[in-house]
Amino acid sequence: MYAQMVKSTGLGVKSRDEMSPEEARFQDRIDAGDKIEPKDWMPEGYRATLIRQIAQHAHSEVVGQLPEGNWITRAPTLERKAILLAKVQDEAGHGLYLYCAAETLGVSRDELTEALLSGEMKYSSIFNYPTLSWADIGAVGWLVDGAAIMNQVPLQRTSYGPYSRAMIRICKEESFHQRQGFDIMMKMANGTEAQRRMAQDAVNRFWYPSLMMFGPSDKDSVHSAQSMAWKIKINTNDELRQKFVDQTVPQAHYLGLTIPDEALAFNEDTGHWDYSEPDWSEFYAVLKGNGPCNDERMAARKTAWDDGQWVRDGLLAHAEKRAHRTAAE
Amino acid sequence: MSKEWPLWEIFIRSQNGMSHRHMGSLHAPDAETAIRNARDVYTRRAEGVSIWVAKAADITASSPSDKGPLYEPSESKVYRHPTFFDIPDEVGAM
Repeated sequence: MYAQMVKSTGLGVKSRDEMSPEEARFQDRIDAGDKIEPKDWMPEGYRATLIRQIAQHAHSEVVGQLPEGNWITRAPTLERKAILLAKVQDEAGHGLYLYCAAETLGVSRDELTEALLSGEMKYSSIFNYPTLSWADIGAVGWLVDGAAIMNQVPLQRTSYGPYSRAMIRICKEESFHQRQGFDIMMKMANGTEAQRRMAQDAVNRFWYPSLMMFGPSDKDSVHSAQSMAWKIKINTNDELRQKFVDQTVPQAHYLGLTIPDEALAFNEDTGHWDYSEPDWSEFYAVLKGNGPCNDERMAARKTAWDDGQWVRDGLLAHAEKRAHRTAAE
Repeated sequence: MSKEWPLWEIFIRSQNGMSHRHMGSLHAPDAETAIRNARDVYTRRAEGVSIWVAKAADITASSPSDKGPLYEPSESKVYRHPTFFDIPDEVGAM
């Protein structure tokens, strides 16, 4: 998931007796499958949790351009380069759809950007890993976008209208991303011995970080319970992770690649693949800023923001000057 | 933080014969740039043939609390719907 460990009110789900009449009416609407729109009354906690979640997702889309952008100039063919450019442009678009959804809740995009740059807001842990070979671009599309889709598809049904609409647009485009990644993996896995080794190496490095994307188990989390009651989270992290493993293992077999997990086995009783948990201490270290690329990613975002300031200011000054001139005529 | 670019609401006609439909919003310094940005953000896969942009600040919206009083007249006048009238079967389609 592109939003990890999003905090809700932290107070747990209120019982009906504890709810004010407005809160009870609001919860009834959610339970009935009604969509909440920007000007509707909503609990402050709902608004604040959504802002955190949507913004973290938006930041992830934007920061997610960096590991892939690393390979635009080095793509193996002109066609691959054009495809990767289109994909990275989509990620920028996805970030913008999401910022636009967050802005309907009463924050501005610039405020959210400043919150990312100050470290107050986070982006997904996955983008703090480097893309070392061309096969990594395949693995990112296949595994990382594949994991993101697991979470984004159910979120199309989320209770908040603008978020749901953004998710619908994103999901339409996301399957192109996953397929282009798998296409790269097929080429590499069926290529020369050196290419196959690169493909396997990419899977080895991206498997566990992809599992971490869903976040640690949240079956006992008060934050997740509240978010699920509000339908801004639809499935638990474990449910989505299992679904991802079940979907991905046969695809890896098709590619002739090995998932780096000796405990991986199909469980006849449950009908699911049993797998090893990722190293959660690594996950917390990456979230804290100690992943391989945290500093590089934040530095790139900060440079882009600071270096773009004169452009933002200049274009606005020009637009205002022209508006005055037209008004004077 | 310097001044933020204004917010524009984006409306797109997906094909001729259809109305423009609200797609979302974006920031741009002026209307022309808003249209150019809208092309990049909302029509990367031939989703549109025409774009309207309107400054979000210029849009006046009804308030959700008006929902009852504002729409009441349409709810109480059921005879505005054709199904209100019983037409005998022998008259045929009407």
